[in-house]
Amino acid sequence: MTAPSLHGASVAARPAAVTALGWGWRHAGRSKPAVRALDLDIRPGERVLLLGPSGAGKSTLLHALAGVLGDANDDDGAASDSDESGSLLIDGASPREQRGRAGLMQQDPETQVVLSRVGDDVAFGAENLAVPRADIWTRVHEALDDVGLSHLPLDHPTSALSGGQKQRLALAGILAMRPGLILLDEPTANLDPAGVVEVRDAVGRCLDKTGATLVVVEHRVSVWKDLVDRIVVLQPGSLTDPAVLLDGPPDQVLREARSMLVAAGVWVPGYVPATRLRAADPAPGTGDLLLAAEKLAVSRERARRKGFRKLAPVPVQQGISAQVRAGQALAITGPNGAGKSTFALTLAGLLQPVAGEVSATLALSRGAGVDPYRWKAEQLIERVGTVFQEPEHQFVTGNVLDELRFGPRHLGHGQERVDELLERLRLTGLVDANPYTLSGGEKRRLSVATVLAAHPQVLVLDEPTFGQDANTWAELASFLSELLDAGAAVVSVTHDAEFTAALGGTELRLAAAAVAP
Amino acid sequence: MREELNLHGNHALLTRANPLSKFAAVFLITAVLALSIDWVSASVALAFEFLLFPLAGLTLTLLWQRGWPLILAAAVGGWSTSILAADSGKTLIDVGIWTMSEGSLELGVGFMLRGLAIALPAVLLMSCTDPTDLADALAQKARLPHRFVLGTLAAMRLVGLMAEEWQTIGMARRARGVGSRGSALQRVKATLGQSFGLLVQAIRRASRLAVTMEARGFGGGRRTWARESTYSGLDVWVLGGGLLMAGAAFAAAVWAGTWNMVWLGS
Repeated sequence: MTAPSLHGASVAARPAAVTALGWGWRHAGRSKPAVRALDLDIRPGERVLLLGPSGAGKSTLLHALAGVLGDANDDDGAASDSDESGSLLIDGASPREQRGRAGLMQQDPETQVVLSRVGDDVAFGAENLAVPRADIWTRVHEALDDVGLSHLPLDHPTSALSGGQKQRLALAGILAMRPGLILLDEPTANLDPAGVVEVRDAVGRCLDKTGATLVVVEHRVSVWKDLVDRIVVLQPGSLTDPAVLLDGPPDQVLREARSMLVAAGVWVPGYVPATRLRAADPAPGTGDLLLAAEKLAVSRERARRKGFRKLAPVPVQQGISAQVRAGQALAITGPNGAGKSTFALTLAGLLQPVAGEVSATLALSRGAGVDPYRWKAEQLIERVGTVFQEPEHQFVTGNVLDELRFGPRHLGHGQERVDELLERLRLTGLVDANPYTLSGGEKRRLSVATVLAAHPQVLVLDEPTFGQDANTWAELASFLSELLDAGAAVVSVTHDAEFTAALGGTELRLAAAAVAP
Repeated sequence: MREELNLHGNHALLTRANPLSKFAAVFLITAVLALSIDWVSASVALAFEFLLFPLAGLTLTLLWQRGWPLILAAAVGGWSTSILAADSGKTLIDVGIWTMSEGSLELGVGFMLRGLAIALPAVLLMSCTDPTDLADALAQKARLPHRFVLGTLAAMRLVGLMAEEWQTIGMARRARGVGSRGSALQRVKATLGQSFGLLVQAIRRASRLAVTMEARGFGGGRRTWARESTYSGLDVWVLGGGLLMAGAAFAAAVWAGTWNMVWLGS
C-alpha cells in the first residue's frame, strides 16, 4: 500500500528480517548473561511485542539489534569484558555493520532528542548516514508529516515539546533514516494516557506506510495488542530452559499464558489486579483536617532576578483550594501541564506558594508552625512525606538498609519500624544492595518505604504507578489502603483511574493551565 | 536558562552572518584592547559596539539581563584599580591607605572601559549566534572533528535540563530530611550530596543520549550536513567592520597620545 513518491530517494526501505541462533550476551562486569541461547526468527514486516519479567534481557536484545551494544572485541581486536555467543543477524549480517538499518526509541523522552530545533533533530540520523542534503530535507518533511508534527516550523525549539511530542519527534528521526526495523524500548512508559495513544497511533501509521518490521517492549499489553501480529515471551535464560517461553499470535499467547503473565506482573488486557479494600470508605469531609490549601497559585520557578528587578514567577495553576484529612485519600488529576505535581509539591512544603497559602492544623503541625514550607527538614519528614516520581532522586545512601534507617536516625527514633517496612515491602533480601542497582518495581517500593520510615501523617505521592508492573501496582495500592485505614492521609498525583478507584476518597481535577506568555 | 540557548526569534541582520566571521571580528577588536590600558581606545571601541546593538537585535535591557555580572565586574575592577594603583598627579581622595589620584583614576576608568569593551562583543556575539549554527560552522568551515563538535552541542542541550534536575533533587532530598537550610557546615554537606545526586543523573542521561545518537548512526566516518555553513557578502562586511573598529580604536589612542602598551609599563 506504500505509494513511492516522485523522488527516487524517498522510496521506503525494505523491511528487515531478524535471525537469532543460540545468541547470548553477557554485559561487562556481570557474572550472569543477560540473554542466553536465544533462538528467534522474525520475518520481514512482522510486528512483534516482546514480553517477559525484568531480567529476561528484552532491552539487551533491542540494544543489540540497534547495534549499540558495544563489541565483544574492541576495534583493535583486544577482547573486552563483555561476552557474545551464537549469532544475531539482521538480513544475514551483523547489526553493527548496518548502521541505519534499525532505529531505536527508548523510554526517557528527554534523551531521545538530540538537537535543539525540530528540523535539525529529524535530520540528524540521515546526516549521519551521509544522505545527500537535498534528500535529507525531503525526508525530514515526510517524516514529520508521518508522525503528525508537520504543523511545527522546522526551527521550533525541541525543549517546548510535550513528552508525547518528543517521542513522536524521535520516531520521525528514526523514519528519516529509512530503517527496515523499528525497535521500541518501552516508548510510552513515561507518558500520560493521551501521550501513549498519540505515540502508539503514530507508530501504527508509519508501519502501515513503510511496512517496516517492528519489535516493541512494553508492559502494558493492551496498548500494543491490536497493532502487533505476534507476541514473544522471554524468560531469564538458564542452562535448561530456552530463552523464548512462548511465541505466537497475540490472542493465542494471551489465552494460553494468561495466568503466567499475570503472575509475572504483565498488564494483560482486561485485568485489574485485586487490591485490599478499605475497611470503610469514610464519607468526604470526615476525619481530622490536617492540611489545607487556600486559593493557591503554584509555580516551580522562584522569583527571578532580571537585573535589579525581581519578577514573581508566572503560576502554572491558580485558585486551588483543597483539604487533606486523616484517613482520606485525595487524588489530584488533570491533563499534562496542569500543574498537578507542582501543586502537590507546594502542598508538601517543598515549594513556596506564589500566592495563597498552605496551612497545617495543630493536629499535624504539633508546634512546628502553620506553614510547612518554613518547617525544618526534620520537622517536615515526620509530618509530611513525599515520594517523588523518580525514585533515584531520593536516594541518599549506598545501600537499602541505610536508606531506610536514614530518616529515623535523623529524627532519633523509629528504627523499630524499619524491619516491619522491609518485610512488608519485600525488601528484606535486598538490604545490602545499592539502591541504584534495583529494578524499577524495587526502587518504587524502596522509595515509599524510606519516606514512611519517618512516620509522616500525610503521604504525598507523585505518579506512584507510572511504569510499574501489575504486581508492584497491586502491592502499592493495598499498602496505601492499609495506611489510610490506620489514619494516614494519602495525596496522590495520578493519571491512573484504577489506582484512584482502589484508594477511594476525593478527586481534585485541575484544568489545563492557561498558556504561559 | 534553557531558552537562552537559542535566539528567541531574533531576526537581526547579524544573526545571518557566519559565526566564524563574527568570531574573527570580535577577536580583532579584543586583541587591540588587550594590548593597551587606556581610556581612548576603549571608549572608541565601546561607542562602535553600542552602534552595533540594533544589528545584533540587542537592547540595553537585554544587555543588562544577560551581561550584568560582566558589567558589575568591570565596574568593581575599575574602582579597585583607581584606589589601589600607584598614585601620580593630583590626589583626589585620601582615606588612610586608600588614595585616589588623577593618574590612578585615569587608569581605573581605562580599566573599567576596557573591561566593558572586551566583554560587550562576547555578549553581542552570543545574542546573535545560534549554537547549532556555530557548531555547523566549526565542523564544516573550521574543520574541527564533527564527533567532538556535535557531541558538545548535544550535551549543551542537557545543561538546561540539569538546572531543572538540580531543583528537583534539592526538593527530593529535603523530603528525605536532608536540610539545606541549617548551619554552614550542614549546607555544605547538603550541597555536596545534592551535587553527587546530580552527577549520577547527569551520567545516566548522558549515556542514554549517547545510545540515542549512536542508534541514529552517529560516530561513523563520513556524514553529510543538512545545513550548509556558508559565507556571504555580509561576512565581508562583518570582517571589514571588525578591522575598522580595531583600527579606529588604535588610531584614536595613538593620536590622543594615550596608547599604552600593557607590557611596557607607564
